[in-house]
Amino acid sequence: MAGNSSTFDAKNAWGGGFSPFNISYGKIMLWIFIISDSLTFSGFLLSYGFMRHRFAEIWPDPDIVFNHFPFISGEHPLLFVALMTFILIMSSVTTVLGVEAGRRMDRKKVIFWMSLTIVGGLTFLGSQAWEWFNFITGTELGALQLADGTIAQWTSSAKEALMLPSGVEVVGAEAAALIQSGVEVYGANLTVNEYGLPLFANFFFFITGFHGFHVSLGVMLNIVAFVNVLKGTYEKRGHYEMVEKVGLYWHFVDLVWVFVFTFFYLI
Amino acid sequence: MSGFDRTAEYALHHSEEEGAKDRKQTWIVFWILLGVTTVEVSLGLIWKSWGLNWEFVKWTFIIMTLVKGYYIVADYMHLKHEVKFFKYLMSIPFLVLGIYFVILILNEGIYLYEDADKLLMIMW
Repeated sequence: MAGNSSTFDAKNAWGGGFSPFNISYGKIMLWIFIISDSLTFSGFLLSYGFMRHRFAEIWPDPDIVFNHFPFISGEHPLLFVALMTFILIMSSVTTVLGVEAGRRMDRKKVIFWMSLTIVGGLTFLGSQAWEWFNFITGTELGALQLADGTIAQWTSSAKEALMLPSGVEVVGAEAAALIQSGVEVYGANLTVNEYGLPLFANFFFFITGFHGFHVSLGVMLNIVAFVNVLKGTYEKRGHYEMVEKVGLYWHFVDLVWVFVFTFFYLI
Repeated sequence: MSGFDRTAEYALHHSEEEGAKDRKQTWIVFWILLGVTTVEVSLGLIWKSWGLNWEFVKWTFIIMTLVKGYYIVADYMHLKHEVKFFKYLMSIPFLVLGIYFVILILNEGIYLYEDADKLLMIMW
């Protein structure tokens, strides 16, 4: 039961009868899935970067869009996503420690670290829901969608003066005419975005949504493995490789977030 | 388990001492990840008021992200400790396709810039 890693002979690895990669079938397949999935995410982020540079002058500034922090009023750009990043990194650490405990067949420690991972994952999902909620509701003031579909921001809280997407400020009768022909919009969805280009909202919903979907799956897989740890399934099996595979997937989700964080929020 | 499932032959086990070494490495990587993220966030908050060059800040972000990515894949996902052939099998297809993606995007970008107004109309 000691595993063949210590007796693995790289020179005769391809002689047959044993995996030449010294890894089980399940883990190899999971790795191949991760590679293909990361190519999907690369495609998303590249198309995001492409469009962002294409519309660099009118692209909404993420610092202005995502500047809320729960229970604290005022503007706090970056802080909330920084906290989300920290939560996910932390849950990655608890996963590694759980996997490590599994290699020593220390069931109690596996239970401890895996439960922390699940809590971390759920906290992250909650944070993401909160972020989406704020983005969809938008600001109290909203913005004005002009007749040509572009978005102008209010420059006075009385809603009399406007800043056009070109950066020109309009006041008085000219502004009144624009207000007459325009529509007031609040928040963001797939067709309208008070912060500017709807494309920004589309990318936000799609990329963070697809990542959030991966996180939810990760939490579910963690829960399934956790229940099996509690039931003693892996103890009977003699190894905790399932915890390791779930952990591998979880690290991948963390890895994707590291890139989403940089390309969506920082740059 | 049945003869079909051979996972047990490959499952990793280690002693208490090896485990202690592993845990130490895990926490080292954690501090690296935390440190790099803190620097990223602080840089994101201060670069405007410090008047730093955006191109410089942007590339700093990208390099820092790649550093974090390396540590997660190599240490947390254990790729550093896998058989050499497996490392290549996983990283080369990704890198080749990644480079191909970037070339495609640049190529399409040059094309779309010529038709900028048309694209702008579609996007709104």
